Amino acid sequence: MTFLRLASIMAVAISLGACTNADRFGEGGANGGMGAGGMAGSIDDPTSPAYFNAAVGDRVLFAVDQSTLSPEAQSTLTGQAQWLMTNVDYSALIEGHADEQGTQAYNLALGARRASAVQNFLIAQGVSPSRLRTISYGKERPIEICSTEACYSQNRRSVTVITAGAGV
Amino acid sequence: MKLLVSLALALTLALPAVAQERSGPLRIEITEGVIEPVPIAVAPFLAENAAASDYAAQITSVVAADLVGTGLFRDVPQSAYISQVNTFDGEISYADWKAINVEALVTGAVTLSSDGKLLVKFRLYDIFTGAPLGDGLQFAGSTASWRRVAHKVADQVYARITGEGGYFDSRVVFVEQTGPKNARQKRLAIMDYDGANVQYLTDASSIVLAPRFSPTGDRVLYTSYESGFPQIYELAVGAVQKRSLGLDAAAMTFAPRYAPDGRRVVYSEARDGNTDIYLLDLASNQRQRLTSAPSIETAPDFSPDGSQIVFESDRSGTQQLYVMPASGGEPTRISFGQGRYSTPVWSPRGDYIAFTKQNAGRFHIGVMRTDGSAERLLTASFLDEGPTWAPNGRVLMFTRETAGEQGAQALFSVDLSGRNLKRVQTSTAASDPAWSPLLP
Repeated sequence: MTFLRLASIMAVAISLGACTNADRFGEGGANGGMGAGGMAGSIDDPTSPAYFNAAVGDRVLFAVDQSTLSPEAQSTLTGQAQWLMTNVDYSALIEGHADEQGTQAYNLALGARRASAVQNFLIAQGVSPSRLRTISYGKERPIEICSTEACYSQNRRSVTVITAGAGV
Repeated sequence: MKLLVSLALALTLALPAVAQERSGPLRIEITEGVIEPVPIAVAPFLAENAAASDYAAQITSVVAADLVGTGLFRDVPQSAYISQVNTFDGEISYADWKAINVEALVTGAVTLSSDGKLLVKFRLYDIFTGAPLGDGLQFAGSTASWRRVAHKVADQVYARITGEGGYFDSRVVFVEQTGPKNARQKRLAIMDYDGANVQYLTDASSIVLAPRFSPTGDRVLYTSYESGFPQIYELAVGAVQKRSLGLDAAAMTFAPRYAPDGRRVVYSEARDGNTDIYLLDLASNQRQRLTSAPSIETAPDFSPDGSQIVFESDRSGTQQLYVMPASGGEPTRISFGQGRYSTPVWSPRGDYIAFTKQNAGRFHIGVMRTDGSAERLLTASFLDEGPTWAPNGRVLMFTRETAGEQGAQALFSVDLSGRNLKRVQTSTAASDPAWSPLLP
């Protein structure tokens, strides 16, 4: 069974690899990091991206204009690192995001800073750097759309999007 | 001869309006913040042959719209005219125009030649001095370019009255948006400065950001996620042909702008989470790193003489503006007010730097002298961002976004004195405007 599931993942990976459209990544941010899309698997399967997203937690939140990792964020990321080290057939794209209270270029740079902070933490926990890539969406992909701190706090995030393949 | 002028001028910082004695030709100092628009008459342009009549009417209305749109002029309606302009070369009855308080009269005539060329002549009269203001001029163009011909006429009128360069015969490249706030679709578009003649330059399949014109207006730099990763592209406007700048595909690159020579590009690159400023020579593909700091350095822009670069950095703890030599080197901080400063853009005239300022939960578009002195905020709203200069350096366009779940972005313009704030008409939500130089 495990073999069959992996085979289908590889097939999806190949088709995604041939696609130059950025929407898959964009959707990851917009929809809350379900970047693995249809191959997320069952949430009851601890080796599935669905489990990673829901049970481990695919995202961490940041304070205003900050990229430092809170104790809560570090705890989530420790879980992410453990999952990644157990499930070596996956790699991860770390998206950095900002809330709308900032200018575009700065928020792109801030998102890059946040994604890098997550990447560095995962590497320090033992994840191979070759399995981790980062991208910033700045304020381009909010998940919450109100203009109050309740939404901003959810948008200042990094999302670790699990992708098939063991990295480069 | 001194004549009392109905022009109400106010000093920059909104001192009370005073009527001024007028001793010379009509001249509006636009940096002084005109409060009361000057009454002018744009008389219906005459059609010199029947085929030209539609063009004559449309050109008249675009000339009037350009001038009125500056906030400096009010177009006296034809119903108030005492005498009509029936021939282009006829005598002007100054007394009739003076009687209805018109200060300047624009007349014109349009011919459509048998080979489809438009010929547009115009004259400008200063009613109070009772004399033409400059010589009559004529412009020729294809029928398809009738709006450009109208803009050229209006640019001449504006320049003669204000002493500033015109800006109507120009275009704006921007990001057109559709869809809800959490799934915006974006594509590059270009239009005339007044929102006419919209043309799309990319499709909406990937995020595009911050297009910037080359100094000659024929190329555009922008950032796109089309590879799945933010990278800088260059697009030839005429052919709508794009190419990647071919920078390191593993690094995020963004916030590009051309040097005044059009041959180099200054931009930001994020490497291991740290964003710095780089310079790319387009011919040799040589790349030079201009800043090396652990802080964020981004939004670079050249001075018009090419000698300096202004940019934003959070090296002090918050975003502030800095100026450095164009070859890199020690930057000098120029912003010291309260709040955060970003997106600096050097005026094409070299006299001001416009910026975005964030303070106490509000966003502003502002200007300061290039040494940071004489800071002045021109707007205030929930979110104003990313000013771009009109080619004459006297008007700014920027993005304004409204708050909340239905929040949307739109283009606005404001003049250097903070007056004449208005929305630029676009058919959908729009952001990231960049104003072209005057068209050739």
